[in-house]
Amino acid sequence: MSRLSELVDSRERHIVTAEFPSIDGGGLDAVRSKLDPLLPYVDAINATDNPAAHAHASNVSIAIALATLGAEPILQVVCRDRNRIAQQADIIGAALFGVENICALTGDDVTAGDEPEARRVFDLDSPQLIRVASGLAEGRYLSGRPIADPPRLFIGAVENPSAPPFDYRVKRAALKSGEGARFLQLQICYHPDRLESFIHGCVAEGIDVPTALLPTVCLTKSARALTFMHDNVPGIDVPDDLRSRVASAANPAEESYQVTRELAQHALSLRGVAGLHITDFRHDGSLARLVGDLGLRP
Amino acid sequence: MRLLPVVEHAVKGRVWDCRMCGQCVLHATGMTCPMTCPKTLRNGPCGGVREDGHCEVKPEMECVWTVAERRSRSAFNPTSWEREFDHLRPPVDNQLRGSASWTNLFTGRDRQTPLGWNGATYAPDIEVESSLGEVDDIDSLDTGFHERNPLP
Repeated sequence: MSRLSELVDSRERHIVTAEFPSIDGGGLDAVRSKLDPLLPYVDAINATDNPAAHAHASNVSIAIALATLGAEPILQVVCRDRNRIAQQADIIGAALFGVENICALTGDDVTAGDEPEARRVFDLDSPQLIRVASGLAEGRYLSGRPIADPPRLFIGAVENPSAPPFDYRVKRAALKSGEGARFLQLQICYHPDRLESFIHGCVAEGIDVPTALLPTVCLTKSARALTFMHDNVPGIDVPDDLRSRVASAANPAEESYQVTRELAQHALSLRGVAGLHITDFRHDGSLARLVGDLGLRP
Repeated sequence: MRLLPVVEHAVKGRVWDCRMCGQCVLHATGMTCPMTCPKTLRNGPCGGVREDGHCEVKPEMECVWTVAERRSRSAFNPTSWEREFDHLRPPVDNQLRGSASWTNLFTGRDRQTPLGWNGATYAPDIEVESSLGEVDDIDSLDTGFHERNPLP
């Protein structure tokens, strides 16, 4: 049983997950040096799958490295780069090394990355991938070929509470939950009202009971970072007043931190929220500070 | 029968920008073809929909699923179709690409899914499956095998 699954089952306290930085070289030492500052503060760590359509050390390799180094990995599996055969092989292969947590997502388009000429795959979509992964855990490939000693898997997914069509996002969360997603890491959301209405919708539908809802907050250092996300990451909207609040502050890095802390506090105050997912673009110890300030105890 | 895909594409291509996936789900997606989504998503929008409801990949185009969701609630849409909008649609069967969905609907071929999709399994032929690795090994094939068995 993965630690994450135990926490989702027990809900004894808020759960903290975080995104692992991309690795391109430097061997396991590079993984270890990025892991050390994170490890004491999080319950599980996402081994990302070519984030923003940029090639990096693979999701499977990082997940195995994290497990080897004593962390609890969440294997992200995106639909952009691999067909159904390769996706199943990756999940089954990683499970051989004890990787149980899976996070299924569609993935940014190839045009978001530095190789826009690449062929996009999207053989499965994320709700289909959740069902396929559930099948693997039940002992069969999508084809129906049995798996003699099936892997133990704990399956999750993502959802964006802050992208249109807003009402439909709750239905989509319900679809994913119904297919076996036991946690949903929510896309970074700078509109507390949108997050609130999404979470309320999920609670009204009873989605938060089987499925742990984990809103994402993002640690940034400057108004430039917020503007970059606003301008370049489809599905993330950073309101003008928030950007100007950081831009006009005497200490923008501190103000950025305070914005993140406020968003995190608001998210954790909502009934139905099981914890937080943290993306750290600062790498300056702010993640530890945030976890401390919020009174979270991974 | 060769004529049918041509006729189908002539009609549906013009009206719905049909991509001839061969397993039409238009009725369940607000009469909006999901194959026109750049990611060909069959089960709702990705997280990249822009503030104005437009596509992450093609900013000039309204997200296929924003349109589909709106149209699925249209008064002209039968209630059963609206309900079907929320159902999970199975993965695309790539073998059907280019064939007439009208024929596949009539024969039921478009509703066939891999066994595992609905929880079923099959008993693999152990003897054949275990020998597949050997067939992959080119040295294990006898002389002239490839001449006798040309690739399609």
